[in-house]
Amino acid sequence: MRDTAATLILPVIEISGLTYSYPGANKPSLRDVSLTVEKGEFAILTGPSGCGKTTLCRCFNGLIPHFYAGELKGDLKVAGLSVNERSTGEMAKHVGLVFQNPENQLFALSVEKDVAFGLENLGMPREQMRERVNWALKMTEIEDLRERAPHELSGGQQQRVAIASVLAMQPEIIVFDEPTSFLDPLGAQRIFEVISHLNKQLGITVILVEHRLDLAAKYASHVIIMDEGKIVLNGAPKEIFNSERAWLLGVGIPKAVRLWRLLKEAGVDLKGLPVSSEEAIQYLKEVLQR
Amino acid sequence: MKGVSLEIRDGEFVAIMGQNGAGKTTLVKNFNGLLKPAKGQVLVDGVSTKAVSVAKLARTVGFVFQNPDHQLFSETVEEEIAFALRNFGFDASAIEKRVTWAVNLLDLVDYRKTSPFMLSGGERKRVALASVLAWDPKVVILDEPTIGQDHRQKENLRQFIVQLNEQGKTVVVVTHDVEFVAECNPRVILMREGKILADGEAKKILTDTALALAASIVPPQISQIFQGLSFLGLPSDVIDVSEAKNLLVDRFKELRS
Repeated sequence: MRDTAATLILPVIEISGLTYSYPGANKPSLRDVSLTVEKGEFAILTGPSGCGKTTLCRCFNGLIPHFYAGELKGDLKVAGLSVNERSTGEMAKHVGLVFQNPENQLFALSVEKDVAFGLENLGMPREQMRERVNWALKMTEIEDLRERAPHELSGGQQQRVAIASVLAMQPEIIVFDEPTSFLDPLGAQRIFEVISHLNKQLGITVILVEHRLDLAAKYASHVIIMDEGKIVLNGAPKEIFNSERAWLLGVGIPKAVRLWRLLKEAGVDLKGLPVSSEEAIQYLKEVLQR
Repeated sequence: MKGVSLEIRDGEFVAIMGQNGAGKTTLVKNFNGLLKPAKGQVLVDGVSTKAVSVAKLARTVGFVFQNPDHQLFSETVEEEIAFALRNFGFDASAIEKRVTWAVNLLDLVDYRKTSPFMLSGGERKRVALASVLAWDPKVVILDEPTIGQDHRQKENLRQFIVQLNEQGKTVVVVTHDVEFVAECNPRVILMREGKILADGEAKKILTDTALALAASIVPPQISQIFQGLSFLGLPSDVIDVSEAKNLLVDRFKELRS
């Protein structure tokens, strides 16, 4: 038996030598990917379009290889389970996946039923299910949409329903594939705060696929960058934004970081590196108020 | 829509922003006759949208949908792009030329023979865009063009939109992406609850905190930084990173001397 301290730093995702090709594809979408994610991490997964981010996410809950078929090589352990040997139904208890397009995820006649669907499949008692659904609706601020039909909602509202239905399962890991693409900026910010809250308060490990690092970087403990099916960088946000390679790959370096670089090029070399506007304001106040 | 009055001039570049459900998409669907007003009228090139078919209007007003899956249906990317061209009666060599032009423009050359449904979300979005631009409409409406696009593609898209606009096309973009708008610097129309809340330069609209809040917009990062520093006498209506750098470099020079 492991003690508590050891459990805390237990990796929840352990991947080594993962190579995968979709059926009929002429080149692999993932090439020799190795990755360890520890419990409680908030990792942003980013990289050029088509780099394999979504494909990697589909491996986390077994959609690959069980649903998409294709050729999978290497080791893949998520929440201590070997993904190759477990059904997607079993993986779903441990790994929630919020897709890019909420329409692909919603199908019930009411928001409430959509959010309850996963719990029904787990055979949860009615009272507990009601509580969970209420909690998930509250966290995503859609309690007033409870009786509405998901297909009648706006794109942003639908995405909240999709997130609520995954939240309701309270999985150990939630993978968000650009979850705020359809939300207005204030709505997006609130969703990022909800995700951050789940990460900090409940210790849920978060993998967030996102291009708009201006919005998301401040919540992250790690930034993972993929390119052409490989993981090319993995580290703390500041470390990544300082790396020449991240700039060359053309990922969405936050404006505050870009400002720092432009200032440096103009001969103003400031200490620290802000990943958010709040940090930039703080650093600039310190030097400008002297 | 509740009593919306609006005029967009030939060759303008307009971004329509605002809360989810504010009516942005509904508004632009009126521009090509997909929706027709219950009251009032929409004139495109002086002609009421009630007087012409959507098929005819489409030649003038190209519409790129928010969700590419609502638009794509062909078996290959090149067939998808060729489809509308065939409907508009272009001949085979013109179709070939335009398809080649469009796949090059949107970085889809490798996917010509691929099914659009094998592509990623961002790639499908570019296919949808390519299929509309191929017939060269005078007005291009883009509903959330940056969703699913990576940074480099967004930068390409920005340059591309600016270029289209410089060539005289009228461009209307519906978007939540404040950083993208900050970089494009178009005329911004803010919507809320089916009405127009504000209409003006990006620099003015995106840096007005009260307006932004009313329209569920978060000001761009540079604007947030300068609003946080405005008590030092720096201007608060800054959205551009180069302008921000120049202002700060000047301030540091003053401090040193």
